[in-house]
Amino acid sequence: MDSTGIAHFIFGRLTWESLPLHEPILVGTFLAVALGGLALLAAITRFGLWGYLWREWFTTVDHKRIGIMYMILGLIMLLRGFSDAIMMRAQQAMAFGGSQGYLPADHYDQIFTAHGVIMIFFVAMPLVTGLMNYVVPLQIGARDVSFPFLNNFSFWMTTAGAVLVMTSLFVGEFARTGWLAYPPLSGIAYSPDVGVDYYIWALQVAGVGTLLSGVNLIVTIVKMRAPGMSMMRMPIFTWTALCTNVLIVAAFPVLTAVLALLSLDRYAGTAFFTNDFGGNPMMYVNLIWIWGHPEVYILILPAFGIFSEVTSTFSGKRLFGYTSMVYATVVITILSYLVWLHHFFTMGSGASVNSFFGITTMVISIPTGAKMFNWLFTMYRGRIRFELPMMWTIAFMLTFVVGGMTGVLLAVPPADFVLHNSLFLIAHFHNVIIGGVLFGLFAGINYWFPKAFGFRLDPVWGKRSFWCWVVGFWFAFMPLYILGLMGVTRRMRVFDDPSLQIWFVIAAFGALLIAIGIACMLMQFYVSIRDSERLRDTTGDPWNGRTLEWATSSPPPDYNFAFTPIIHDGDAWADMKNRGYERPTGGYLPIHMPSNTGAGIILAGLSAATAFGLIWYMWWLAGLGFVGLVAVAIGHSFNYKRDFYIPAEDVERTESQRTALLAAQG
Amino acid sequence: MSSTLPSSADDTPVFYETEPHHHPEGASTMLGFWIYLMSDCLIFACLFATFAVLGGSYAGGPGPRDLFELPLVALNTAMLLFSSITYGFAMLAMEKGKVAPTQAWLAITGLFGLAFLSIELYEFANLIHEGATPQRSAFLSSFFTLVGTHGLHVTFGLVWLVTLMAQVARHGLIAANKRRLMCLSLFWHFLDVIWIGVFTFVYLMGVLR
Repeated sequence: MDSTGIAHFIFGRLTWESLPLHEPILVGTFLAVALGGLALLAAITRFGLWGYLWREWFTTVDHKRIGIMYMILGLIMLLRGFSDAIMMRAQQAMAFGGSQGYLPADHYDQIFTAHGVIMIFFVAMPLVTGLMNYVVPLQIGARDVSFPFLNNFSFWMTTAGAVLVMTSLFVGEFARTGWLAYPPLSGIAYSPDVGVDYYIWALQVAGVGTLLSGVNLIVTIVKMRAPGMSMMRMPIFTWTALCTNVLIVAAFPVLTAVLALLSLDRYAGTAFFTNDFGGNPMMYVNLIWIWGHPEVYILILPAFGIFSEVTSTFSGKRLFGYTSMVYATVVITILSYLVWLHHFFTMGSGASVNSFFGITTMVISIPTGAKMFNWLFTMYRGRIRFELPMMWTIAFMLTFVVGGMTGVLLAVPPADFVLHNSLFLIAHFHNVIIGGVLFGLFAGINYWFPKAFGFRLDPVWGKRSFWCWVVGFWFAFMPLYILGLMGVTRRMRVFDDPSLQIWFVIAAFGALLIAIGIACMLMQFYVSIRDSERLRDTTGDPWNGRTLEWATSSPPPDYNFAFTPIIHDGDAWADMKNRGYERPTGGYLPIHMPSNTGAGIILAGLSAATAFGLIWYMWWLAGLGFVGLVAVAIGHSFNYKRDFYIPAEDVERTESQRTALLAAQG
Repeated sequence: MSSTLPSSADDTPVFYETEPHHHPEGASTMLGFWIYLMSDCLIFACLFATFAVLGGSYAGGPGPRDLFELPLVALNTAMLLFSSITYGFAMLAMEKGKVAPTQAWLAITGLFGLAFLSIELYEFANLIHEGATPQRSAFLSSFFTLVGTHGLHVTFGLVWLVTLMAQVARHGLIAANKRRLMCLSLFWHFLDVIWIGVFTFVYLMGVLR
């Protein structure tokens, strides 16, 4: 073997040309990320934090810490996903009158693909999963999830997927196919480079994490509820989490399967989705949307749960129509499987099939509308406190209704023939995802932050962020509705008609406002940490909450509850407060807890290495990584000592600190 | 208000448990594993659906009638079904707490599984030798993927089986090992059920097509 042969064996397709040294934007980004990263690593080393991070965070099986790590992952990836967004807005605002803008086509196509993939898989999903992870065990009075190790493993698999996507920015390239990578464009004939392979393997690795976390949370909710908490006494957020995780378990295997078939087409030369040898690309389109449509409900249902908790808490009332809320959630869960074809009405299914899917789609607006009225009636005659979570909730109601109505409009097949693939569609789904999911997540973050850290988020910067986000959203997306109605299609890099430019400029201005909103949000975190004493909450119940997570201290102890609560009514904590619950101050017992383990992060690291080998055709790396994966998994199964007891004295010490704190404030 | 829940003498309800609250270790494992299996079942559902859609796209290449040898497949099916029965015997021995018979039946199950895989590989090698490769047509792509995915599952089942035999040899039939054997049992019978589907829809109905 000569030297190029050896290099080819070692590095596969990876050469110096794979590094985007000719793209000044990427080189600049790389330098900034590298310098920032080095500074961070140096700081961690300087302050001797590696041991702490490894022992207390990376290997933790505590659902609360894993939840927080999910949130950090989601917020970091939000910055990346938003950078892509603002680059697109700037490009489209400039590229008129013969100007090519500043982004070459090759780069622009990667940006819109990466934006979609990152925002859905690595922003919305981690943030939703993080909140469910943190809140659900507390709301049901449990000490952890059913499978704590699996929870740690799931988190690291999601992170490994995110790392692969980020790697594609500097090593090679990302897919140029749009976020769902339809074949035949994503097939090896038209996308011979590594971009689609990065896409496939990032999603496959992260998908394992998502699926296992779904299994974990379903079992937790079904099996770990505190005594007395029947299904119809569960907090609504727990209900929506249950439905979401059922959807995850029922939808993600389809994504796994369809991406596996696409990778067989690309790697093994099979003919599933090819134009020749009998392949059928429509099979891919169907399968990916059978996953894809439930996916959007996976994101929105927990947001609905957050709004329910927030509305009830800040109106000081029991949620209006709890039962109808539960049924609406379940109906949406089921219907979300019966609408996938509305994503491709124009792709030849015929009038009868289109009618069926158009009607099922419109039907979804009924349970959703019922929810909207439940929130309104909860507020009616309530003593509403306009704290940040409530402000986000009201902004959601006003914004989401518009998105919902344009959705019903698009559900009419003849209208969809005019509007499909236009900016009207883009405006619609950003309207529901930003106005629904993201606003919900921000409400949730502001609502549960004091629970997680023991101090509130600063309301001043929070309100600045709120107004910039909400106003920015309307400026950024209303022009897209108008452009869509005028027939402008999505994913365009340059435009000819100068009369359109003003709308793109307005949209870019909106994106700029959102950028300020994000900056204010970061500032809000900074100020809150700086002034944590001023914002401190020692009660564990800063909002006069109604559900069990507010019954314990903030932040909760490792074991969540010293004594397992017994539930007599829905809104368990409100019931306990109403009926003279007295906190026990003695008789503590040792508490059985799961032990930390490094197996999760090691397995995820090996998965990422395997995926990297597969992406670049470094077969030795893929093989070694896979063998390592199996070996570590088997090795981990030989470890039978996975738990320990927190001694009663430790519980007593923790609890008496809380007793003193509660006594101090009278 | 539930009347079955404890309340103290003066009728104010009791809001917490003073006895240690114990979730027996692994109490949720079977439910969790079953849910996981159902998600795996969905992967097979997608592969079956793909076969249903593409199974007639021969692209001018050979079809099921030219390729499938039902006697060989029948033999193969018998191997897998026998392995399910012997796994059942292993579980019966496990229930009685007898280590040696449990291990022996597990070993026999593994041998049947190995026989199944060998016959499958032999069949695949023959097909490829005849030019009926996965690349030849969408029908063959979906055939090899569906049957091969099942075969991969059996392979992992075998690795798992050997691992569990080592763990039983080391620690005996402790509760954790029994639970693991139960999980593998679910997995193994699940693969059997999937194979019934493969045998029926791919082979039998394929030859009828």
